[in-house]
Amino acid sequence: MTTTAVSTGVAVRLEEVSRRFGTVQALDGLDLDLAPGELVALLGPSGCGKTTALRILAGLEDADSGRILVGGKDVAGVPVNRRDMGMVFQAYSLFPHLTAAENVEFGLRLRRQSAAARRRRALEMLELVGIGTHAARFPQQLSGGQQQRVALARALAIQPQVLLLDEPLSALDAKVRLQLRDEIRRIQLEVGTTTLFVTHDQEEALALADRVGVMQAGRLEQIGSPEDIYRNPATPFVASFVGLSNRLAGVLGADGVSVLGTPLPVLNASVAPGPVEALVRPESVDLTADPLADARVVAVSFLGPLARVTVSLPDETLVVAQVSSARLADLPPGTAVRVTLLPIPVVVSSPR
Amino acid sequence: MSRRLRDLLGVVPFFVFVGVFLVIPTLVVAIGAFLGDDGRATLDNVTALADGYIVQAFVRSIVLSAVTAILGAVIGALLGYALVTAEPDSTVRRVVTSACGVLAQFGGVTLAFAFMATIGLSGFVTLFLRDSLGVDIFAGGVWLYDLPGLVLVYTYFQIPLMVIVFLPALDGIRPQWREATESLGGSTWYYWRRVAGPLLAPAFIGSTLLLFANAFSAYATAAALVSQGSPIVPLQIRSALTSEVLLGRENVGKAMALGMVVVVAVVMALYALLQRRTSRWLD
Amino acid sequence: MAGLVRRRARRQAVLRWVVVGVLSFVFLLPLFALLEFTTRGPGDTLTWDTWRLLVDWPALEETYPVLWTGMKASFWLVLLSVALTLVLLVPTVVWVRLRLPRLRRLVEFLCLLPLTIPAIVLVVGLAPVYAWVVYFVGGSSVTLFLAYTILALPFAYRAIDTGLSAIDVRTLAEAARSLGAGWLTVMWRVVLPNIRSAVLSAAFLTVALVLGEFTIASLLNRDNLQVAINQLGKSSATISFAVSLAALVLAFVLLYLLSFVGRRRRRERSVP
Repeated sequence: MTTTAVSTGVAVRLEEVSRRFGTVQALDGLDLDLAPGELVALLGPSGCGKTTALRILAGLEDADSGRILVGGKDVAGVPVNRRDMGMVFQAYSLFPHLTAAENVEFGLRLRRQSAAARRRRALEMLELVGIGTHAARFPQQLSGGQQQRVALARALAIQPQVLLLDEPLSALDAKVRLQLRDEIRRIQLEVGTTTLFVTHDQEEALALADRVGVMQAGRLEQIGSPEDIYRNPATPFVASFVGLSNRLAGVLGADGVSVLGTPLPVLNASVAPGPVEALVRPESVDLTADPLADARVVAVSFLGPLARVTVSLPDETLVVAQVSSARLADLPPGTAVRVTLLPIPVVVSSPR
Repeated sequence: MSRRLRDLLGVVPFFVFVGVFLVIPTLVVAIGAFLGDDGRATLDNVTALADGYIVQAFVRSIVLSAVTAILGAVIGALLGYALVTAEPDSTVRRVVTSACGVLAQFGGVTLAFAFMATIGLSGFVTLFLRDSLGVDIFAGGVWLYDLPGLVLVYTYFQIPLMVIVFLPALDGIRPQWREATESLGGSTWYYWRRVAGPLLAPAFIGSTLLLFANAFSAYATAAALVSQGSPIVPLQIRSALTSEVLLGRENVGKAMALGMVVVVAVVMALYALLQRRTSRWLD
Repeated sequence: MAGLVRRRARRQAVLRWVVVGVLSFVFLLPLFALLEFTTRGPGDTLTWDTWRLLVDWPALEETYPVLWTGMKASFWLVLLSVALTLVLLVPTVVWVRLRLPRLRRLVEFLCLLPLTIPAIVLVVGLAPVYAWVVYFVGGSSVTLFLAYTILALPFAYRAIDTGLSAIDVRTLAEAARSLGAGWLTVMWRVVLPNIRSAVLSAAFLTVALVLGEFTIASLLNRDNLQVAINQLGKSSATISFAVSLAALVLAFVLLYLLSFVGRRRRRERSVP
């Protein structure tokens, strides 16, 4: 076990923060709260303002209006080098002329720690991120994943008030990404630092965060636990951005939406009754082979224990269903199938 | 005919041309430096390099090159830094780099003329200073056509060259390094001292060496500016080549030429070494 | 209040404009002085006669035959040097990448060698070689293009090598060969279109270099633009100052256009 002191973590609050770049409204009155020790992921497509939010919190970017409170104190006049926030960038942020250990020591040297204390702390941090044996290597001698581990150690070494992770995994291979994702979570829980994590990868956000905030066009569309976001999306955007959704035509009535003849409960209220599109998850779609049915299997993809089956309806709408792989034998392409929907709540939107 | 041989045929024209117009001239210099007028091997030409006036020419050439290299490197690096703070595709950067390309490589005779027109005896600035401010810049003698003038005019093409060779290194500095330094608590000064400074040092020293070699090799500007005497080595070589009075001077010229090659080769080898370090850090 | 970050950006912009402004002034002053000198009329008047003469070519030829000869020679030297540089270098560099990778270091070394051999030194060694050139093809100034090709090698090689590094020549060639192309087709229809901007930049750099070359022409007693300018500088400074300024501006325009060639290429590539 390492002797890392567990920092207590501070609360972070963004109030009505706005920022415009030329004609682009990058942030449009963003409100965000991070509880002490919490890991919040900001998720959204590129250009949604998530990185701007992180950089404003770090002090690398100015807000046009709004307040930022760290531990209850407004940090507006505090320059980036006094904000005491550890930051991990997407890539290439290690100083190439310093070894891994010297990179980690960099912030400690700034805090006037003795050489011995620095050295000890750097090794301890490199241990923590799992590359204690590579302390003497230069960044060019490390793989992308190892470099990001060093960057994480460097950010944590200074025991920051807040840890900021700006797409730290997006430049890595899929396999390394999974590994490091889990480790970031483990380490974050261990040190207990309040953490903001920015990503465009929904799987990453859902796997890692205490809470996920989905952003679009400079605003927070929804914030909640990963499960909440996935199961109860508040808007059509969240439903289509997080996880897969079929867009199926339906009719919205007083007691729900009717899709393919099945009545389904509706999650969002603000849509006018009449013809709508319902966003239905693949796991809510069930298929039964039936020679008399008029839908046909057009493609099958095997994903291990599960499989995705694409079905064409008579009006040529394509529907994706998720089924257990064990059932694939009954559903080769060309099979006539009956499509039924499970009564799971869905989000509806006005037809496009 | 084997395939390998046929492949080699494709590069024959290049090697023949380079052999005749580059390798043979180089050998002519290298071998000629050790031949007497009678065609026999001798060390006389090389020992003639120890003559006072040749040693002085070399010393002056080296001082001129070193002074203008350092001046050019410092000012050029500053201009380069100002440029990288602008967008890469901005008009400022485009105009300044193109202008630098022209002034660095193209100058020669034109630069000499430009300075005659500026601070020559009837130059624009000379007249302005004399008539409007009552200052005579040539009160202590006409220095434009001598070593001080060369320092001034050479610096004028060294600065643009520095911009061109140093810009890639400046572009290699990633904004994340500054941001990382600051998020770890470092000031701007700390960033320059501990991160940007050490990272740019090899490129800076390497570029300065390149500037030195450039000034050391330059001929046209000096030839157009200096009409009396031969203060620096290239002009000594000119007089050795064109002098018809003293026979046997031609091979001393070759010895001086060889001396120049040695100096430039050493400097360029150091430059290549530093360049390799730079590309490992800043690519 | 403006944010800390924006205030720093503004400070940086001010620094940029001060540095660029001051140095622009320092660098434009001598060029302005050239212009002022060439428009100096008798008794402090402004006259454009010299510049009018410069565009009136028949009159120019009559008044300054030396200059005219030099300009003509430089014109041919530019054409021939660019042609020889490209014909010699492009196929060789591509061929070495494709078929003779082991020769690459040697070719690179030879191409960059002129950087360590000052022109003044090269001219010493070239003198006997040019004695043979005179023996075979005569002593015309235009034969200088052979030496100029050597001077252009480092710049042209770097440009072409950079261009080739940006594409995977080997795979492109293999793909074309597998579709039935011969080597000539590979070179002309596959490789060349992909390094067009690199070839163009090699050509532009060669043009600028040849227009500005003085050392070799002067010491081999040949005529070119710069030799003529220098020679005239003693007797008719005004016209020679004007021509040298015009040549400098021409070279600047060439390099400025070159900076757009590079950009268009980048943009093409970024579009999927």
